[in-house]
Amino acid sequence: MSEMSVGSIITNVEFLCAEEAVSKIPNKARMMVGGFGRSGIPEYLLETMIETTEIDGLTIISNNISEGSNLHHLFMLGRIKKAIGTYYTTSKEVVKAYRENRIEIELLPQGTLSEALRLGGSGIPAFYTPTSAGTELAKNKESRMFNGREYVLEESLTAKVALVRAHKADRAGNLIYRKSARNFNPLMAMAADLTIVEVDEIVEMGELDPEQIVTPFIFVDVVVERGREND
Amino acid sequence: MTDLTVKRYIAWRAAQELQAGVVNLGIGIPTLVADYLSPGLVTLHSENGILGVGPSPVPEDEDPDLINAGKAPVTIQPHSSFFDSSLSFAMMRGGHLDATIIGALQVAANGDIASWAIPGKDVLGVGGAMDLVVGAKRVIVATTHVTPKGEPKILSKCKYPLTAKGRVDTIITEYAVFKIRQSKLYLVEKVEEISFEDLNQITEAPYEIGGNFKTVVREELMHALS
Repeated sequence: MSEMSVGSIITNVEFLCAEEAVSKIPNKARMMVGGFGRSGIPEYLLETMIETTEIDGLTIISNNISEGSNLHHLFMLGRIKKAIGTYYTTSKEVVKAYRENRIEIELLPQGTLSEALRLGGSGIPAFYTPTSAGTELAKNKESRMFNGREYVLEESLTAKVALVRAHKADRAGNLIYRKSARNFNPLMAMAADLTIVEVDEIVEMGELDPEQIVTPFIFVDVVVERGREND
Repeated sequence: MTDLTVKRYIAWRAAQELQAGVVNLGIGIPTLVADYLSPGLVTLHSENGILGVGPSPVPEDEDPDLINAGKAPVTIQPHSSFFDSSLSFAMMRGGHLDATIIGALQVAANGDIASWAIPGKDVLGVGGAMDLVVGAKRVIVATTHVTPKGEPKILSKCKYPLTAKGRVDTIITEYAVFKIRQSKLYLVEKVEEISFEDLNQITEAPYEIGGNFKTVVREELMHALS
C-alpha cells in the first residue's frame, strides 16, 4: 500500500488524550470494564476518570473488582452503585459494602457473563445455557428442555460505555491484545455504545497484520495511548 | 500425615486419572495436580484465555499479562494459544475439555456437587465453576474426605447450594476413590490405612463396592512419590 492511500483513510475512531476521552462518559452510566485479576484492566482510563471527573452512580459490568486496581479505588470512593459480575469475595470491602447495602450486586457465572457480552454486541438479546440449571442462580429465570437437558434463559448485556485495555491500536483503531490480558476486553468492545480503549502503543496503518487483528476498528470509538497527555 | 502431604497425595492420585488430553484444574488441591501430570501429554486450559499453560516462571520472568485463573503468574508452551473469555468458556461449556479436576464443599451420591456457596453466608462469588462442571466431559472431584471440622463431604444429598446437578464422575480423597454411575456411588479404591468401619463413619452417602475394587497402600505410594 502506498503512503498516499494510507494517508487518505479515515475511520470513525477518535484519538484523544485520556482526560478528553473520559469526559465523554455520562454520569450514572452503565459501564463495562475489562480485566481478569489484575490483567487487562484499563487502569490509566480509570485513574484519569477518578482524578478528572465527578462521575458517580455507576453500574459496572466487570468480572470482579480486584483489590489494588483503580476499579477498586473507584468503588472505595463510593462511585459504584451496582456491580454485575462473577466474583466479589476476594475484596473484603466489597463484601462489607454489600452487607451494608451500599452496593447492589448481580452475580452471573463467568461463561454466562462472557457470552452475554459477546451476544450483546452481536444483536442477540438472550440465549439458553446449561450453566446454572437447577441452581440458586437460576431461581427466577425461565428454563427450557432441549434434547432432554435443562437450559436457562439468560439476557445478553449491553452498556452505554466500555473501558477496554488493548496492547496496540493502529491509526484506524484496529486492536491487538497481549497474552491473558485479552480476557473480556474484545467482548466488551463490541457491546457498548461508546468504546474507549487504552493501548500501550499506537502504530501506523499497515503495521498490524490483518490476520492478527482481534478487534476490528468498527467496534472502537476512542483510542487513548497510555501516559500520553495529548495526541 | 501433615495437611500438605494429604493434599499432595490426593493431587497425585487425581493425576493418575489423566493419561492425555485437555484439562482444566480448579483452585486448591486441584492446582497441585499439575506437578504430577505426564509432561507433553496433558494440556492445561485456563479460563482466562490460555490453552497450554506452562509451569510457574522464575520471579524475573513473571509477566503481569500472563496469569492463570488463580491470578498466579504462569508461562506458556510451544503449542499455547490466547483467546477471549467467550471462546474460553465455549471450550468449557461446549464439551471440548476432556476433564476437569475441581474441589468441592459437598458431593452427593447422585453426582450433584456444591462448591461455591454456604447457606446463611453472602453469595458473592461463582466465577467459572458452574460452566466448568456443566461442560467438561469428565468431572473429577479432588477433596479431603471430611471438612476441617470433621464433617462428611460425601453425602446422600448435598445440603449446600448446588454448582451443578448430576455431573460428577469420580471422587478422589486421601482414603478412597469413588465412581458415580447411573446416579449410584461405587467404591473402587480404598487405602489400607483405613478400615471399612472407619470409612463408613466418615462417608455419609451409601455406596456399593465396585466390580474392579482394589486396596492400595498409601504409605508405599507416598514413598514412591517423594
